[in-house]
This record gives sequence, structure tokens and C-alpha cells, in this order.
Amino acid sequence: MTVTELVSYEDALASYEPVMGLEVHVELGTATKMFCGCSTALGAEPNSQTCPTCLGMPGSLPVVNATGIESAVRIGLALNCKIAEWCRFARKNYFYPDMPKNFQTSQYDEPIAFDGYLDVEVEGETFRVEIERAHMEEDTGKSTHVGGATGRIHGASHSLLDYNRAGIPLIEIVTKPIVGAGDRAPEVAKAYVAELRELIKALGVSEARMEMGQMRCDVNLSLRPKGQEKFGTRSETKNVNSLRSVERAARYEIMRHAAVLGDGGTIVQETRHFHEDDGSTTSGRVKEEAEDYRYFPEPDLVPVAPSREWVEELRNTLPELPRVQRQRLKAEWGLSDHEMQSVLNAGAIPSIVATIEAGAAADQARKWWMGELARRANEDGVELSALPITPAQVARVAALVSEGSLNDKLARQVIEGVLAGEGDPDTVVEKRGLKVVSDDSALGAAVDEAIAGNQAVADKIRGGKVQAAGALVGAVMKATRGQADAARVRELILERLGGQG
Amino acid sequence: MPGITREEVAHLARLARLELQAEELDHFAEQLDDIIGAVARVSDVADEDVPPTSHPLPLTNVMRADEVRPSLTPQQALSGAPAQEQQRFKVPQILGEE
Repeated sequence: MTVTELVSYEDALASYEPVMGLEVHVELGTATKMFCGCSTALGAEPNSQTCPTCLGMPGSLPVVNATGIESAVRIGLALNCKIAEWCRFARKNYFYPDMPKNFQTSQYDEPIAFDGYLDVEVEGETFRVEIERAHMEEDTGKSTHVGGATGRIHGASHSLLDYNRAGIPLIEIVTKPIVGAGDRAPEVAKAYVAELRELIKALGVSEARMEMGQMRCDVNLSLRPKGQEKFGTRSETKNVNSLRSVERAARYEIMRHAAVLGDGGTIVQETRHFHEDDGSTTSGRVKEEAEDYRYFPEPDLVPVAPSREWVEELRNTLPELPRVQRQRLKAEWGLSDHEMQSVLNAGAIPSIVATIEAGAAADQARKWWMGELARRANEDGVELSALPITPAQVARVAALVSEGSLNDKLARQVIEGVLAGEGDPDTVVEKRGLKVVSDDSALGAAVDEAIAGNQAVADKIRGGKVQAAGALVGAVMKATRGQADAARVRELILERLGGQG
Repeated sequence: MPGITREEVAHLARLARLELQAEELDHFAEQLDDIIGAVARVSDVADEDVPPTSHPLPLTNVMRADEVRPSLTPQQALSGAPAQEQQRFKVPQILGEE
């Protein structure tokens, strides 16, 4: 393998303009496969979710999943696409054991959705990414290569196939060539995939978890000399499966293409593999031409003709778009761009919104989800929404704090109890005895004790140094294991020592 | 008149992962050319008033509800497999990729 000497990113951009195309596959969250009633549940035993249809047995007939079509139309509408009045499925023929039928049921020249756009934000500026099409297809089976090094196909003696995934609905979303992004092309690619992921999640059609393969991206990239109209030859970097990798892959390919072209070489149209470890790509197979797939209309499925009434009905089910929602919430919550970005990056928006809906103040909801709970999610390596605490429970904790029954320290213990499965917040408060003590008779003794044990501090307060009271409040809090009502303790101290509060 | 060349047959054989001998290429090219010629006669008959048809039934929007139906057991699914391992279909080395 020849190692390409890369050109620096700045030098590459000085001579060339990048043109990108992004193809994103989204696995729909339907209960069943696209063309048969087999379950799509994750983690099942190998080959326990197959039937004659998804195994490609002779005589079996596919029937399309109504929810799959509905999801495709909703994705199309959310991407500002036109929805086909009539379209068909097509067979994409290829011989590879990941599809037992020897073809993938897809769409070819009649996609269900086409001609749309998605606006994305890059450093506060809006960039419009034009959408070529969104079409329906199905996922392939999962191969395990045996006998080669580290599970690679290369050098394997044989392969093992699990067809549980074969037939799971996919929507492939293809952009038009993205031009004019210049040196921001890698950032635009990342922002586009991030925005698309938020959109898919908001639509509720998929969890779109890239680390689970529910959303996968192919990055097509070419360079053209500045001022040239004609596009250069592109490479297709396959299965780039994190936001960061999308950016890195685009960046690497810009530097590699510039190096090849700068040496007077030519770019081979081929697929490339992205390597997470060093951010490089290596040559895959030479790309088959579309005609090599010998597409033809699928004779076993009848055309899909979404009525205009139905399309308008579905349009009315669209949620507020994530970008619009973010702008609204940022204003409502009074956050800076940076704070809003943190909330977004943490995946905390739905939890915070639900907690506010359950009655909490916005700043309190954000404080708990972005603080204690984000820390726990991070420690446990799970998404915020996967923590075993509901927004309603967080709202209850916030309510207990605002009514003065809990202070922050106790509230954290309550949250810990809920996460540990000890019950809802009130139960944890009860079981652990976590009420703030604000009863004067109970606090009085602790206050007297603190004064007696800290005469020097008490004298300062008597002398008018009111701010010294903090030390005594601290002593009382320590003595009561954090359960005292700090504000009331301060008042009691000042009453006894004659300072003014 | 459409036809098929020996080179096109060789290309199709490669796509289908079939190893054909020189005499087989000649043989199939001739046969396929006859078949394509026969089918092409349909185009001669069909005028512009006959739209291309991909399905004989005048139906659209035949769909099923997204409800899980029982699958085969893994044993049933694998019962016709020439080889299996770890409850998976075992296939020979995949060549010509990567």
C-alpha cells in the first residue's frame, strides 16, 4: 500500500474548492421489518427473526410496512421535499451473501421524496443543504468474517451470516452536491448530520443512535481547481459513524485529493474505508456503475401512491423543527449560544422540556439535568434519557427544593436514591430521613452549640462583622449532616448575637 | 435491434460471480441474443399508447400494519443451509472484495 503524502489543509483550500455529497442511512424504529412481519428488536439470538420473505425463499411475497411508508413521507416533509404522487420499489441486484435474495429492495428513479433542503447552523451562520432525494430500502444481514486477522474480510477463510437485520427499514437521504462551503466543508458536513439526527429524533421515527448503527453516513468528496466549473472525480468514504468522524473524514479526503491532484495524479472513483484510530481512509473496492446493479421495478410490490389528503394530514403531525425549537427555548430560558450548545450536546433538551412541563422552573430543570444527572449519565456511559429517573421525578425534587423541604445537598441524595431504585423522591426523603430541619427548637440547640464552640467568631459577629456568620452556619450544617435550613440558621445566629441580617 | 455482445456476457458473469469458459461465453452470448431479440419484438408491437407495465394488477398502496408476526425458529431458518456455524449461515470465502 502506498502512503499518500498529504497536503496541509490550508494549502489544499488555497488551490481547490471541495464539493461534497452526503448519503445518510437511517434505520427506522418500526416494530417490524419493511416487507415482512419479523420483529426488529435488538439483541435477539442469531437468525431468530427471519421468515421466508426476508430469507428470500422462492414463492414468498413481500408486503410493505404502512408505518415505514408513513415515516418516509414524514421525513420527506420535514426536509421540505416534494412527495411523489406515485412511485415504485426497485430491485438492486448484486451477489453478496449479506442479502439472501441476491438483491436489495430499494427505490431507483422514483424516490418517495425529492427536492428538499435542510438549514444548518455553522458558527452562528445558516447554511442551506439541498436534498436530492429520500428513498426507502432495507438493511442487509450481518456478516462475521472468520479466520482472518481481527474479523476483517481480508484473509478470512469463511463468513457467517445472521439475517435478523436483513429487511429492517432504511431511509436513505441523499444531498445535492454541496458547493460553496469552502474551508468549512467538514464543519458543514458534521452540522448537517447532527441537524438531521435531531430532526429524525424529533419526528420519533428512529432513535438515530450512530454508535448503534441506526444512522450511518457516507461522505462523497471531490475537489475542483478554484474557478473551474466542472466537478472533479469523487471518492466515497463509507460508514462514517460518528459526528466527529464525518468531519475528520471530509478533512482527510480534502488533504488526500489535493496531494494526488497536486502531483499530477488522478483520483480513482472508488469506495474508501474510514479508520477511527488515526482519521485516515484507505482504498476499498472500485465502485460498480449504477447499471451494474441492473435496477428494475420490483414486480412483487405494487406502487405506492400517497394521496394528497394523507400527505397533508401527515404534514400536520410534524413537530416543531429542532432548529426552530432551539431558538425558541434559548430565548425562553435566557441562555447564551454557548449554554444552549452545551444543552444540545448533552442531549438534554427533551428531558429539560419534559421537566418544565411537569412543573419545574426552567433554570432548576436545566440545573439538575446538566449538573448531577449529566455527571451520572457520563459516569455510567448512558444517554441522559436512559437514566432511571423520570422528568416528573426531577420536577418533584425541584419542587421540594423550592418549597424549602430540601436543600441542594439533600436533593442530590434524593436523586441518588431515585437512581438507585429506592422509589420516587418522596419515598426516598421518607426512607432516608432527608428533610431540611427548620424547626427552631431543633435548630436552636445546634446554633447554641456552634456559638459556644466558636467564641472568637461569635465575638466578631457581636462586633458587627456579620459576614463571619457563614463560619457558624457551616458548623451547624456539619453538625446536622447538611439537613439544617441554612437561611433559618443564619437568622437564629444573628438574633442571638445581635448582628443585623 | 438490441443485442448482447460476448463482452457484455462476460461482464454479467463477473457480476453474478460465475466462472464461464470461452466456449460457454460464445454459447450463452448467442442464446441470450436470441432471447433478447424475441422479447424486443414486444416493443415493436407496443405503440406509444401502451405504457410500460411493471405489475399486472391495477393496485396501489397495498400495505400491512406494523404488527409483529411469528418468525421461523433459527433451526427452521437454517434447515436448508448447506453449512452452518454458531447458529449462522456459513458461506465460503468472499472473494473479489477489498
